Amino acid sequence: MTVTTPEESHSAAEGSHTEVEAGHPPTSTGLSHEKVGMWAFLGSECLLFGALISTYILYKGQSEAGSVSPADVFDIPYTSVSSFVLLMSSLTMVLALAAIQQGDHRRLRVWLLTTALLGASFVAGQAYEFTVFTREGLNLRTNLFGSSFYVLTGFHGAHVTIGVLMLLSLWSLSMKGKLPTARAETVELVGLYWHFVDVIWIVIFTLVYLIP
Amino acid sequence: MGVAARRQGRPKGRAYLLATTLLLTLAGCAENAPQDFLEPEGPVARRIDDLQDPVFIVAGLVFLLVEGLILFAVIKFRDRPGRPEPEQVHGNTRLEVGWTLLPALILFVIAVPTIKAIFDLSEKDPGALQVTVTGHQFWWEYRYEESGVVSANELVMPTGRPVELTLESVDVIHSYWVPKLAGKTDVIPGRTNRMSFEAERPGTYQGQCTEFCGLSHANMRNVAVAMSPADFDQWLADQKRPAATPSDGSPAAEGLQLFNGRGCSGCHRVEGVSEGNIGPNLTHFASRGTFAGSIFENNPEDLRTWLRDPEAAKPGNLMKIPGAPLSPDEITKLIAYLETLN
Amino acid sequence: MAIVTQPTPAVPTPPDRTTPPGAGPDAPVQLFRRPTGYSKGIWGWLTTVDHKKIGILYGVTAFIFFLIGGIEALLLRVQLGSPDNTFLSAEAYNQAFTMHGTTMVFLVIMPMSAAFANYLMPLMIGARDVAFPRLNAFSFWVFLVGGLFMYSSFFLGGAPNGGWFGYTPLTREMPGNNIDFWVFGLQILGIASLSGAVNLIVTTINMRAPGMSLMRMPIFVWMSLVAQFLLLFAMPVITVALVLLTFDRQFATNFFNVEAGADPLLWQHLFWLFGHPEVYILILPAMGIVSEVLPVFSRKPLFGYQVMVFSGIAIGFMGWGVWVHHMFATGLGPVATSAFAASTMFIAVPTGVKIFNWLSTLWRGKIRLTTPFLFAVGFVTMFTIGGLSGVTHAVVPSDTQQTDTYYIVAHFHYVLFGGSMFGLFAGIYFWHPKVTGRMLSETLGKLHFWLMLIGFNMTFGPFHILGLQGMPRRVYTYPAGKGWDFWNFIATLGSFVIAASIAVFILNLWKSRRNAHVGPDPWDARTLEWSIPSPPPEYNFAEIPLVTARDDVWHRKYTEDDQGRPVLREGMQAGAPIGAHVEAKHPPAGADDGEEGPGGPLSGDAAPPDAEDPSGEQGGSGHEVPEAEHAEEEPHIHMPSPSYWPAFSAVGLAVLCYGVMYKTWIVAVLGAVWILGGFYAWALEPATAPEEPELETPDTETTDEHATVSAPGSHE
Repeated sequence: MTVTTPEESHSAAEGSHTEVEAGHPPTSTGLSHEKVGMWAFLGSECLLFGALISTYILYKGQSEAGSVSPADVFDIPYTSVSSFVLLMSSLTMVLALAAIQQGDHRRLRVWLLTTALLGASFVAGQAYEFTVFTREGLNLRTNLFGSSFYVLTGFHGAHVTIGVLMLLSLWSLSMKGKLPTARAETVELVGLYWHFVDVIWIVIFTLVYLIP
Repeated sequence: MGVAARRQGRPKGRAYLLATTLLLTLAGCAENAPQDFLEPEGPVARRIDDLQDPVFIVAGLVFLLVEGLILFAVIKFRDRPGRPEPEQVHGNTRLEVGWTLLPALILFVIAVPTIKAIFDLSEKDPGALQVTVTGHQFWWEYRYEESGVVSANELVMPTGRPVELTLESVDVIHSYWVPKLAGKTDVIPGRTNRMSFEAERPGTYQGQCTEFCGLSHANMRNVAVAMSPADFDQWLADQKRPAATPSDGSPAAEGLQLFNGRGCSGCHRVEGVSEGNIGPNLTHFASRGTFAGSIFENNPEDLRTWLRDPEAAKPGNLMKIPGAPLSPDEITKLIAYLETLN
Repeated sequence: MAIVTQPTPAVPTPPDRTTPPGAGPDAPVQLFRRPTGYSKGIWGWLTTVDHKKIGILYGVTAFIFFLIGGIEALLLRVQLGSPDNTFLSAEAYNQAFTMHGTTMVFLVIMPMSAAFANYLMPLMIGARDVAFPRLNAFSFWVFLVGGLFMYSSFFLGGAPNGGWFGYTPLTREMPGNNIDFWVFGLQILGIASLSGAVNLIVTTINMRAPGMSLMRMPIFVWMSLVAQFLLLFAMPVITVALVLLTFDRQFATNFFNVEAGADPLLWQHLFWLFGHPEVYILILPAMGIVSEVLPVFSRKPLFGYQVMVFSGIAIGFMGWGVWVHHMFATGLGPVATSAFAASTMFIAVPTGVKIFNWLSTLWRGKIRLTTPFLFAVGFVTMFTIGGLSGVTHAVVPSDTQQTDTYYIVAHFHYVLFGGSMFGLFAGIYFWHPKVTGRMLSETLGKLHFWLMLIGFNMTFGPFHILGLQGMPRRVYTYPAGKGWDFWNFIATLGSFVIAASIAVFILNLWKSRRNAHVGPDPWDARTLEWSIPSPPPEYNFAEIPLVTARDDVWHRKYTEDDQGRPVLREGMQAGAPIGAHVEAKHPPAGADDGEEGPGGPLSGDAAPPDAEDPSGEQGGSGHEVPEAEHAEEEPHIHMPSPSYWPAFSAVGLAVLCYGVMYKTWIVAVLGAVWILGGFYAWALEPATAPEEPELETPDTETTDEHATVSAPGSHE
């Protein structure tokens, strides 16, 4: 293989990601470092949410008799709708990835924005839900249910919020032309994170809201 | 073996052997180690010891074998002039299977009696004497369920009859332990644990709290006082008597006035005198051999030390004397009163 | 360490300095100019992304914390040296024992293991750096920030005092900020561990040199890899436990509020679910070190490599199923305790297998009693004792007597000090020449070993007796008349012998500063790091090797005769393959030095440093390692550039935690913005700066003189 001149190496370095991928020796697995890293990180997140969910389940039904309980405050239809919204956001995320993989950057931005908006709606819906609960007497300090419920769903909501910020960042980068097709994997990895957060919600919704 | 070998390897081997023997001997024959659980004094502790001793022996043999082989190898296979390069052995499947299975077998042989003992020791005797033990920072409270007697620091018990303790805590996690009679069980707020043990002979058996519970964890000790069943019944009867009333005009009577006036009654209960339930029940204080979490002997000198400055004696303890510290004269009178509380 | 000269006549076009650096459509955010090249001085260390420098930073910092934790231990021992002592108050003692444990676990053994992992793993798999060099730097700075944050507590109202295990509800209620420093400090440290784990896992999985299959990796890499997976999965559990405790303390939630019906054991379950894998995190890397050292000085391969790998993996898995053995006295009932008694006993099987495999490695070897070897054997012998006492704890009824006494303290010091620390010292002595290019003194090293072995056993051996005699742990004093006085006194003396041994070690480090340089392979070792100069150049390997066997370097040097004995290959330097370690100012010693035994006196073999080859790369001392076949030519790869964003972001974590702890929300918000800003700038900055100068390797065989060199696959 030929050796590049210094000038070429300079300009090549600036578009660092593209050049770097082309010039790198292959990884041992064939997957990029970022992808393997994201999977490892999501593995640890499983334990994080696992511990929070276990805490909730341990304290389920243990709150003082007569204090606020899930049956008193949960509005299953309402939460089902917001769960559906989050579920749909995973679909739009997939569409965003497909768009960039096909080189359609306008559609990429549409679907990125839609996903972000759906995610933000989910969080806003939760925020509203929490204000209703608070008015009905359930806050962080109320009892075991209040503490474990808000910390669990709060952590999840924080994860969704970070995801929304990442999606908006991607949208912004794309608007500035800094998210070329060659960097589709970045969208894929944000998508992995997003789907993970969605799956965790399905688990939480089932164990916390649906199962009495 | 050359000079070098003797200098490097042998003293180490001999030292090990010596140390091991010494260790086991010394551990076994400690004089005046009242919390030594290798010398059990009750059936529960004895059952544990009967399980533990063989395990220690097996561990000791494995120790001698393994360490011996390592030392042997290090000495015998040392590089010496003319020694050829060693054969590059990568493994030996049969050996490796062997030394996987053999330890597993040994462990299995240990596991079976272990699990049996776990279940046996969890059985409760319906005829046991029921006592509720409540852990406080930093003292133990005892309530005898049948008779309603309430005491502190010392678990008075009959010999030859199991005592079943129901363990509760009002604040943080403690652990109740009388090594010569039984293993420890944690005392957890919000949970009720149970343990039982029995004393074979009359005597005092020392123990202490064994779960870090704050500043004076080290000062939260206990004593189990075992006496013959007849003596125990007498003790119960004595405990059920009403509190002694000091004769008029005596220093003890002035002490009683101070007891009320200086605020002791707010925390300490004396039947017929006060209702406080934060500190230990003092109705029969003088019948106890120790006080303040069993860190003091129940005598006037130690009482004076305690009453003069409880915080210095037991940092972080909850006995805060309201107002100014007690004067020496006040202490004398209070001690006189306390001494009447038989 | 940036290499040398641009070759004349072809001078590359200098970077355009009329445009402000980084300006243009791809401009990253910069506070000030990004450093480039292999920067020197303090700024160089602050901005380094080189895994080797980061490894050194971890090692030095961990050693300083070791000294601090050791002083805390001496304070404890002075207080307990006699009954009813008043040297330390109850409060001071409780702070000292809490900080001693927290320091030794989180600020010494874990980062020291990280030092070795960082320095060695890329070298051992034939890589030029880790997968995410800036994240690697971030991990270190976060560790340092976390340690400093926790220690700032001494000046801000008092250090943590609830034990290193922080049981609730005690720690929920303790007044003051002591516990908060502990909780937030551990959270910060957890971030360092978790990011390090992701980095090393990706590196090991993804950046192995061609031919380096998983079963050809050095055993140290395997053991560290298992430890990284344990970190990955265990850290989130303690994170949750700490979050719950934080919320209870800061926001009055009810997780450990007994009055609201909470279960104090929730803390214990979460803590020990983390805590037990944690102890394997603490021991596996040291086991890996021992598995590297023993074969080199026995001149035989590790006995049963595959089994050693699988037993490490087995320990990793089984370690998740034993946590309740820390809770045998909590009253969980006979079924639960029986199950965990069984699982605890059976985890002794893969552990015991390792001991037998180490023994077999020594068996019929040709043993050189060097300092690293002595520490490695010390590990095996001391760890055996700790492991056996561990088996006695698995017998639950026994454990109800032993738990919370000095018998347990004896057990874990035998495995963590006699085990991990001895193993880590073996590593220090073994790899010191690779890292610094100079040997440590063998005389002082052996003195260190013997003093430490004697002092260690003198201190912790009696703890077994004290425990069996009923002395509880975590007590700031004890009365006379319990029979504990004598052994406590001996233990206190022993602790000062340990301190003396550490002083000898520090003396060794100091005096060896000026020892002669050594070549790539002073020990006649087996793995890839010994094929490159000591210390290695920035880019590690001039050309990525093609690996053809486990212990590749050994097989390049030696082949086997028909009896399976190693024979130097053709063209190899004849004579003693043992590296030199000339001590400054000493003439070469004769045979009666008696230090290494026959095979040629060590010092006598030292060739003086070659003036034309100052790095000794041509094997001026020690022998030459023939070059590997190379993987296909790499035409064009970049070295990642230094960056200040990792250190910058790390500081933000402390700001955030101070803000939350003192409920000064403006400071907390500032901290959050600080962190996010740092991350943002970091994300927008390319892994390699456009102005990064090109490097040239000394003996590249390519025809072109401006072949550039960098770390493949590194970009984050």
